[in-house]
Amino acid sequence: MPLPISPILGILSDNLRKRGSVLPLSKRAATGWARGLDLARGGETILYTGHMYQIIPALDVMSSQMAALENSFMTWFFGMGRVLNKFVNLSFFMSLTASSEKKRYSDQVLRDIVGLLRDAGVEFGYLYEDELYAGALVHDEGMDETFGNHARRVTEGLKKQGVRRLITVDPHTTHMLRQVYPRYVEDFDIEVQSYLEVLALAHPEAAEPVNREVVVHDSCVYARYEKMYDQPRELLRAAGLTVRDPKLSGKSTHCCGGPLESLFPAEAHRISGLRVDQLEAEGKSVVTMCPICRVNLSKAAGDRLVINDIASTLASCRRQPFGPRPNRAHP
Amino acid sequence: MKEAQRFNAGACFHCGTCTALCPLGYEILPRKLFREVMLGLEDRVRASIPQIFSCLLCRMCEENCPAEVHIAENIRTLRCLINQQEFGLK
Repeated sequence: MPLPISPILGILSDNLRKRGSVLPLSKRAATGWARGLDLARGGETILYTGHMYQIIPALDVMSSQMAALENSFMTWFFGMGRVLNKFVNLSFFMSLTASSEKKRYSDQVLRDIVGLLRDAGVEFGYLYEDELYAGALVHDEGMDETFGNHARRVTEGLKKQGVRRLITVDPHTTHMLRQVYPRYVEDFDIEVQSYLEVLALAHPEAAEPVNREVVVHDSCVYARYEKMYDQPRELLRAAGLTVRDPKLSGKSTHCCGGPLESLFPAEAHRISGLRVDQLEAEGKSVVTMCPICRVNLSKAAGDRLVINDIASTLASCRRQPFGPRPNRAHP
Repeated sequence: MKEAQRFNAGACFHCGTCTALCPLGYEILPRKLFREVMLGLEDRVRASIPQIFSCLLCRMCEENCPAEVHIAENIRTLRCLINQQEFGLK
């Protein structure tokens, strides 16, 4: 029996309404990555993570559990799960079993982004526990009233903090805040830029070429929703890397299958497998710019590819690393 | 209804580019589905709920649509209607 759509969407919607995120995280899980970085609290320009990188370890556990439950008799009990979730935050238990290696990797990507922005001379603050998830999944699944209420709640919080400009770190949060929020929130006038755009605008000096090739996997949202595919390549080339494109790239990029992880995990795995084949035809070292793309492609690729986030890749090209780093091969 | 007004596939001339490019490879997405919606075939649309929620919203079809139909937003509009009418979700 396939996974039941209604109770799963209900759980996501209930979580966003009651707990501020589709997969609510503890304050420590959401903000722990910033420990020791001396990021200013608040300010007019804010680095906005939208919790996307921090959610990934729990999301990975959830999608594995969904895959195990798909076509089993357990799907009958999802309705009860939704009722229970209203009283007990079930996703909290998922985050307990999340891989600590994956948590470290996600945290390090955010730390690398901070390092890259500081290198480029960009000044910014962080909202710590006042930052909220932007609501992308609930919007995409078509729960507009819940999403609209959440978007207004996020915006009120930003206005209260005096935020004028957001630097985002992933494609989904970038798209939500830049193009979708203005449709749901009256007078939304906060400037939104991805950190990749900010870095590219800073015109990084070209580094000495290094003997290293990377295959770029564009995110559908960056490439087709936000028309952003030149900047990542400019940055990788400026870091001295040789950029290779798979057969489908840029505005013709192929999806990683990630959007189907919560409702159709087997189908998501099939789509990511197709993409892994395309990427592998160009090389073994792949760069992603969305945490969802990375986790999905990594699962499908196994040991066939080494898949790293673009922030980690750019940071690894620096002479001095930004502090302690986890093992990067398939965490 | 607000959502129903947002659905717009009138410019579609059924060239099939979208169906050919869809990474999922479902015959119904999105061209046939849109025809069923425009014809008001509610039962047929209801039977396609799994396909409607399977759409990746990747916009591969939309990027290449010669009629410039807002395919992903149409799919999202259908999800909104189904959530409200079938699942009681808002």
